[in-house]
Amino acid sequence: MPEHTFRVNGEQVTVNVADDVRLLWVLRDVLGITGPKYGCGINVCKACTSHLNGRAVNPCAIPVGRLQPSDEVTTIEGLATGEDLHPMQQAWLDHDVAQCGYCQPGQIMAAVALVEQVAAEGRAITDEDLDGIRNICRCGTYFRIREAIRAGAGNM
Amino acid sequence: MTGPDGGAPDEAIGRRRFLGYVVAAPTLVAAAELAPPAPPAAAAPAPAPAELTELTELTELIDLNDVMTAAALPTSALISVEVRADGTVSFALPRAEVGQGITTSTAMLIAEELAVPLERVRVTLADARPELLFNQLTGASNTTISTYVPIRVAAAIARTRLLSAAAAELGTPVSGLTLKAGVISDRSGRGLDIGALATKAASSRTQQVSVQLAPRQSFTVIGRPHNRVDARDAVTGRKKFTMDLDVPDARPTMVCRPPTINGKVASVANLAEVRAMPGVTDAVVISTGVAVRAETFGQCIDAVRALKVSWRPGTAAGKSDASVLRELQAAELPMGLRPPTPVVEGAFTFYFRSNSALEPNCAIADVRPGSAEIWSALKSPIVAQQTIAAKLGLPVGKVTVHVTEGGGSFGRKLFFDAALEAAEVSQKIGKPVKLMWHRADDSRQGRAHPMATSRVRVSYLGDTVLSYKQRHTSVATDLGHGLGEIFTALAARLPVGDIGFSQTFFHLSQAMSYDFGVSSRLLAETDKSFNTGSMRNVYSPDVTCARELIVDQLAARMGKDAYRFRHDRLDDERSRAVLAKVAEAGGWGRAMQPGTAQGIAFHAEYKSVSACLVEIDCRPATVGRPIRNGVGGPRVTRAVFAVDVGLAVNPRGLEAQMMGGIMDGIALALTASLHLRDGYFLEASWDNYFYTRQWNTPPDLRIIVMPSTSDQPGGAGELGVAASMAAVACAYGRATGTMPTSFPINHGTLSFTPKPTVPPIPPSPADGLDRGAQGA
Repeated sequence: MPEHTFRVNGEQVTVNVADDVRLLWVLRDVLGITGPKYGCGINVCKACTSHLNGRAVNPCAIPVGRLQPSDEVTTIEGLATGEDLHPMQQAWLDHDVAQCGYCQPGQIMAAVALVEQVAAEGRAITDEDLDGIRNICRCGTYFRIREAIRAGAGNM
Repeated sequence: MTGPDGGAPDEAIGRRRFLGYVVAAPTLVAAAELAPPAPPAAAAPAPAPAELTELTELTELIDLNDVMTAAALPTSALISVEVRADGTVSFALPRAEVGQGITTSTAMLIAEELAVPLERVRVTLADARPELLFNQLTGASNTTISTYVPIRVAAAIARTRLLSAAAAELGTPVSGLTLKAGVISDRSGRGLDIGALATKAASSRTQQVSVQLAPRQSFTVIGRPHNRVDARDAVTGRKKFTMDLDVPDARPTMVCRPPTINGKVASVANLAEVRAMPGVTDAVVISTGVAVRAETFGQCIDAVRALKVSWRPGTAAGKSDASVLRELQAAELPMGLRPPTPVVEGAFTFYFRSNSALEPNCAIADVRPGSAEIWSALKSPIVAQQTIAAKLGLPVGKVTVHVTEGGGSFGRKLFFDAALEAAEVSQKIGKPVKLMWHRADDSRQGRAHPMATSRVRVSYLGDTVLSYKQRHTSVATDLGHGLGEIFTALAARLPVGDIGFSQTFFHLSQAMSYDFGVSSRLLAETDKSFNTGSMRNVYSPDVTCARELIVDQLAARMGKDAYRFRHDRLDDERSRAVLAKVAEAGGWGRAMQPGTAQGIAFHAEYKSVSACLVEIDCRPATVGRPIRNGVGGPRVTRAVFAVDVGLAVNPRGLEAQMMGGIMDGIALALTASLHLRDGYFLEASWDNYFYTRQWNTPPDLRIIVMPSTSDQPGGAGELGVAASMAAVACAYGRATGTMPTSFPINHGTLSFTPKPTVPPIPPSPADGLDRGAQGA
């Protein structure tokens, strides 16, 4: 079976799995990194949102064969540095956002990428930006997500 | 009730004593024992039967929660709190945490009674324990109601034992000791941590103890807002759901399912070929389809798509929205003769709805000769254990069922469909399996909220409402989990028994809070060919939505303001207070732009009352705003919600439950439904089934938790849905000058291209790097 190597949460990893296995399953079923969650498998619900070289991506739609050895994959487990939470994670705690928590890793990773993108455009986050977040939350925590993103953005 | 020390019950100072047990164990274990509480009416003289006319609201005498709480009490002695040597307090809660926040609220109850910091309380979820009988069922917003006293009694007994152990240790009378923040100290400042006393306070034999609970005025934890005890794990990815567990050799497994609901495998043409596909370890026919086990779920998906299976038709073959609507109309109970007085009436239709949580149906099973171990998020683990044992041909005691925390449920996890399948596959192939439903199946074949119609007729004269009649007709709601164990589950599946269950559920949960004269609600159920179940708030959203729309019509007919009309006819102070609160906080009656409007609605249930005011924008520019792969449509721009659950254990958790209920209500009213065609549901994923998304969320949302009005907590997990759905429907009607009668509003438009049913699941996309973060 072909070998693939890339970096996950700051570590180089190598896996023996077919090229077309999607990254989500390499992370979860091969590497045991279970932060990214399955909610649809067709790049719609965004529960698996992670970062690739700092940009939000959905590993359920990325064949592992397309990754380069130097690609940096970051999952929710890699967002904090040790026990120091990322400002967005802290904002999630301050606003008590999570209910069941299943979608929240994807929500936080999408939120961090959105805030970084908006900052790069030199503007503040708007209601339209928040309306455009596609991550589904079946517990309906959307309003607290919006509040937490605004608070988290202030500390990023 | 006299304590073992012969002390007369303290009725004089109004504080009831409770009996409990110190259970024989190496460290202190305390359990509650409770005589069934006097029924609410017992304090007042029981009304003579003659007075029990239709004017007496059944739910005021006894509601579904009273029944479930009473059913759980006889085994409350088996719920125990344990104080450990390391100073932590552990409690295995016989309920399922699926996001409603009961591990947090339960930890708060223990922290209050035992005066320990919340962080020291470890609440886990109990494995299935058949001896608990009806006391291990999570549903009907009952957890806090039925566990509120037993858990506090168990914790209070532990407190009493610890104090007496400390008294012996410090040589000071108990009266000279205080227990605070997990430390017992005497007046001279000498202190002992409860951990150090855990073994000394233990008892070698189980003995009965009498105890008092902390009076509400002294609460420092209960009633105060607290964040979730599992929040940090949730935001760091450390929180473990069933599919995150690492059970040795439990490989990913998925099932190839029929194109129509409940179809059966006739034959499989290429089983051997699929077994040879990359990563696949097994492929085997089971009762619900063809199961495939592989190294990764991605390879399961590829294998399921490759399978060539011929199917026998399912239970709903040929059925469609239109045919089921005709069935329902034929099954509607007669409304009777129209009275000579003026009437307002309406007939409403509520289409099927998906009850998918974000975590699909999933379970791990490790079945070996003579024993089995199951992991899944289960709201009725006992009946799951008993049914699985029967299916595997094993004694119940040989089947261990672990309850994991769930990624949402909303009623779906009252059933154990995935656990049953996982057990069957694991037994057939002799290997452990980590079985998960694909999203497409979870939506098309997973348990759904049944389609229903509701007819309402109100007769009135001048300003007086003379009678209210509602006939609710629904596709059968499967209550085949009974009260959580096999006996009532069996009864609930018998042709007569099921009606008994659904009728009991309906009449013990629906209430008439308005003074509308002679009022009657009847339920008729028909057609058991669908996979249904109780979805959050069950009958209430549809029943209340129909009622509140008719109330708006009635108010208009009488020339009355919709809020004032409701307020003046609510029959109790708590109900009027929540309605007045949203009217005041929401600025009821403020000037609104044409095409926009306010809506207001009320709902009472399970000893709680709630009111909702929303503002909606139905202007063309908003309704027509472009949304990629989603539905915009009318937008709720503002929501104000007031709730009174009697005693709010965790106001912040209660607010979260109302927020979720509001999002459900918006979805049920405006965008979320399943379309039934040729015996199957078209919606195969979240780009077809339109639950509320950020672009449907009200940017202005305010939830008001009313001050506690009782010493007892009411039900909260489902409460927010009915009033929200009704308020959105009323607002839509007022904004468009119509009375909507078919829900959701968007059902008439098919806003997606249906995915094929063969193969039953879509391919995994490969374009994750091509487009930006937003994907489909």
